[in-house]
Amino acid sequence: MKVRVDSEKCQGHNRCFALAAELFELDEYGYATATDDGEVPPDLDDKARLAIENCPERAIEIVGDGD
Amino acid sequence: MTTEPVKDLTTDYDIFDPGYVKNPFPAWAELREKCPIPRTERWGGSWMPTKYEDLFAVARDTDHFSSQNPLVVPIEPPEGFDESSGEGQQFLGVGAPPISSDPPEHTWTRRLLLPPFSVKSVQKWESMTREHCRSLIDGFIDEGRCDGAADYAQQIPPYVIAKMLGIPSDMSGTFTSWVQEFLEFGLQNFEMAADARNKILTFLWQQISEKKEKPSDDLISYLIQSEVDGSPVPDTHVLGTCFLILVAGIDTTWSSIGSALWHLAQNPEDRHRMMNEPEIFNTGIEELLRAYAPVTMARVVTADVEYGGCPMKAGDKVLMSFPAGSRDPDVFENPDEVIIDRAKNPHIAFGAGIHRCAGSNLARMEMRVAIEEWLKRIPDFKLENPEGVTWAGGQVRGPREMPVVFG
Repeated sequence: MKVRVDSEKCQGHNRCFALAAELFELDEYGYATATDDGEVPPDLDDKARLAIENCPERAIEIVGDGD
Repeated sequence: MTTEPVKDLTTDYDIFDPGYVKNPFPAWAELREKCPIPRTERWGGSWMPTKYEDLFAVARDTDHFSSQNPLVVPIEPPEGFDESSGEGQQFLGVGAPPISSDPPEHTWTRRLLLPPFSVKSVQKWESMTREHCRSLIDGFIDEGRCDGAADYAQQIPPYVIAKMLGIPSDMSGTFTSWVQEFLEFGLQNFEMAADARNKILTFLWQQISEKKEKPSDDLISYLIQSEVDGSPVPDTHVLGTCFLILVAGIDTTWSSIGSALWHLAQNPEDRHRMMNEPEIFNTGIEELLRAYAPVTMARVVTADVEYGGCPMKAGDKVLMSFPAGSRDPDVFENPDEVIIDRAKNPHIAFGAGIHRCAGSNLARMEMRVAIEEWLKRIPDFKLENPEGVTWAGGQVRGPREMPVVFG
């Protein structure tokens, strides 16, 4: 799976980082980006989905199956 | 001021009705079903979206819905009151940026405030918060009882905020009184609110002057030393932002901590799970934030607009019931049940859109530490008299008197 954080939508709630620190990083303002260009290792698929489901801004999207 | 009983929630809701303040959940369920954006003429008149999608949409539409006055009731001066004279005049026009700002001002005022409230920045306040919680518990544990709201929840945020601002922590009791006079009792009493605002601004103004002379490692000094477009942040702006930090960072968080304890006092299974299953502790905190979301903020309609079939007029107030939205059955399964390990929980207790609570990371840290420390020392406790618990509501909902007994 591959994910992306839409920077127009992210408001820095930090829920993704709290739930899946392996997959997201925050800048000094708290806005998130996906680590490793959004690649989600297969064993972290569930964590990625959890982050997507808990984002109040619906800012995280699945952009592909990954490599 | 109306004191008539509410006949029809859809046209006449009353955010200060004592029954509603104590238990608003059935009213929200009824409204979502019958009329999801009700109207009232009480307290200056307002609309109140109760569905998640509507709250989300209004929060994002900053063109039609301004944040210039986020208080849930218009605080109107009594007839004949002259704002430009008297002791408050030097603070005329001081806002509370960024909560009271719209874009484009909002953008830079918020960027100024976010770094000291990031996840990483608030970590440095955690051990101090923990020590404080422990010493509060030391103070009452041998008595076998305490007031979970007044002796514990209420004592935490003002202490932390004082430390962050770099103000002696013995001021925290005074802060609590000022904030209640402004945001709780003051919503129905203009003179009290105006007086509290003056007291807070006068105090902060003096602190700002002192820290300009002798800066230290604190939030006021950080704001004074910050620059915007190459110029120092204006002093009145620093004052407004400090005012916001004080007013928004105190009874909000204490209400969440208090409501969490209120729930845990009555639900032994949930507190045992939170204690014994560390992997669900933070999930439990998010669920308590969702179910007992304390804060309602307001927006003001900027130009006539029809939203959800409601003819909103320029100047109308819209009460953003994030607490009602966070119990919307379209988004949350069994929303009126606390499911302590609820996995899917995109609650909007901290709002949504560009005004997402700037202090949310701090609030979460305080809440997590407060509940952890309490459960470690007081694993079993119950409400002394469930009917006797008193609640504040309107802008911020939470317990104010809540005697609990241990063991």
